[in-house]
Amino acid sequence: MATVVKQKSDVVLDYLRPGKKFPSVWCPGCGNGTVMSAIIRAVDKLGYSKDEVVMVSGIGCSSRMPIYLDFSALHTTHGRALAFATGVKFAQPHMKVIVVTGDGDALAIGGNHFIHACRRNIDITAVLINNNIYGMTGGQGSPTTPDAAFSTTTPYGNAEKHFDVCDLAKAAGATYVGRSTVYHAPQLEKQIATALEHRGFALVEAIANCHTYFGRLNRQGDAVAMLNMFKERSVTTAKAKEMTEEELKDKWVIGTLYESTEKSEFCEEYQKLVDRVAKGGR
Amino acid sequence: MAERERKLLQGNQACVVGAIYAGMRFYAGYPITPSTEVAEGCSRELPRIGGRFIQMEDEIGSIAAIIGASVSGKKAMTATSGPGYSLMVENIGYAYMTETPVVIVNVQRGGPSTGLPTKVSQSDTMQARWGTHGDYNAIAVAPSTVADTVVETIRAFNLAERFRTPVTILLDEVIAHSRSMVEIPQEGDFPIVDRIKPTKPAGRDFMPFEVTENFVSPMASYGDGYRFIVTGLTHDQHGFTTNRADETVVKLEKLRNKITRYEEEIYKQEARWTDDADIILVAYGSAARASLQAAQIAREAGVKVGVIQLYTIWPFPEKPLLDLCAKTKKVIVAELNMGQLVHEVRRVLPGDIDVHSVLRYDGEILTPLQVLEKVDEVM
Repeated sequence: MATVVKQKSDVVLDYLRPGKKFPSVWCPGCGNGTVMSAIIRAVDKLGYSKDEVVMVSGIGCSSRMPIYLDFSALHTTHGRALAFATGVKFAQPHMKVIVVTGDGDALAIGGNHFIHACRRNIDITAVLINNNIYGMTGGQGSPTTPDAAFSTTTPYGNAEKHFDVCDLAKAAGATYVGRSTVYHAPQLEKQIATALEHRGFALVEAIANCHTYFGRLNRQGDAVAMLNMFKERSVTTAKAKEMTEEELKDKWVIGTLYESTEKSEFCEEYQKLVDRVAKGGR
Repeated sequence: MAERERKLLQGNQACVVGAIYAGMRFYAGYPITPSTEVAEGCSRELPRIGGRFIQMEDEIGSIAAIIGASVSGKKAMTATSGPGYSLMVENIGYAYMTETPVVIVNVQRGGPSTGLPTKVSQSDTMQARWGTHGDYNAIAVAPSTVADTVVETIRAFNLAERFRTPVTILLDEVIAHSRSMVEIPQEGDFPIVDRIKPTKPAGRDFMPFEVTENFVSPMASYGDGYRFIVTGLTHDQHGFTTNRADETVVKLEKLRNKITRYEEEIYKQEARWTDDADIILVAYGSAARASLQAAQIAREAGVKVGVIQLYTIWPFPEKPLLDLCAKTKKVIVAELNMGQLVHEVRRVLPGDIDVHSVLRYDGEILTPLQVLEKVDEVM
């Protein structure tokens, strides 16, 4: 008698939007799929109902994700996902709001909304898929394109400096900040789950491969080669503590980088204000 | 009828009264002269009734937040002035495409650019119609007094909900900052329209952008169990993104037909002394008030002047204007800009009617005397 073994991927299929014609817009081997699976597994493990999850995104490769998933989907304009998500969360605070965004979407055109969502500490989980490049428009430099790296708009190497996404989020007031890579998929999943359960603004930076553009233009090889690079160039927060700044150069520190429960969450704080006003206070 | 409470209100405050009466429970905005009192009023009033107020980081964020709130089931509004409206137009286009009801108040001031922040203007008349890119049909309403502002704000919400579309309220600095005694409406004074909720159960049969008999699809809210897609990309009736030619045409014609086939429901204008008028003045907002006064003075002097005051600017009231001007040979369009509404009036009226303009664009109000001088000139 054959035993049916439930494959780990089955749970992913349960969350794909019925009726959607696949494949996706993502290239074979794209890191976005790994991040999507990690989000699904995190949501599944936490036991959220599909009806209570709203996935909000802007424009770019990663921002196509909500259309593929069986959650409420708000696929918005370039850079504005966090502002739309703020409206959703503030209007329906019981909903679980996940923003999926990219480095260009969140940090260039959407940089202002990014820092203010962090500052407000509104209970939104932002998964920022950082592939260091604009994929959808064909490989242009982004605010996380490393120094001297090549892109179709930095053909002689990038003369600009790049953002450290996690430092920026922490400085702006986010109360959970974590980083992982698509190589470290189980860790990424755990981090997203922690972020989802965190009350306040949570940022997870998912380092991902765009071998089609970034990998090719910077001679980093195919998807597998880039995943191996993520493995080799990542160090845990514990290990990083023992390393010098020089040694940490060109490394990604992965893990929970910052977590705090001291700051009040925006929607809860506003509800307190509403309750106070209802009692005639000011 | 019961005695109504009366309050001394600014136009901007009257807008808040009307919005709350209409059911607005979510406001997101960014300070900008001369609209800021709308935000201040909402920040004070909304918490008292369990509503939500948020000051966003900019106008782009403000319109984004109210769209997010609207798809989450709230009636939502933002208020701004020209520079802020310019920042909002991309996301106003998103609201057209996603058929999301929201109300945007534009308290007009002089432009272009930063222009005249504290001075009156009507130079965003065309922007309210053509502000964002792409093909769409806009709705814009325009009060001319503080009391009107209550009524027109309620109407703006009703139209937004009825047609699932963004609606612009074209206020101007003079109305926004004038103070008048206003009757506060009571329950039952005005009808309140709410978006139609889906009756079909969730599943493949439910199409969030279904082309219904009147082209308007029932609208679920996030959390209702429908898990629908909202996207600014061209989409089919299920909400799935598409670039198929046939599905694109269905979507665009849905956006158009839901408005153009029901324009009679949207038009609102008031005609005074037009039946026997030799000259008819056409105006809206504070320019309409100068026109009314001018017509009254002219009538007292025995000159047959009529006035058509527009409360609906977009869709432009073609048929009503044609009917009301059928017996006249001369029309003067009064407006606080370099001539915007006049293009529509010329487009609509037959060639044998002379259409003239009386304009003011120095930031000052149009005076009845200025209008009378124009009447005298064209007579």
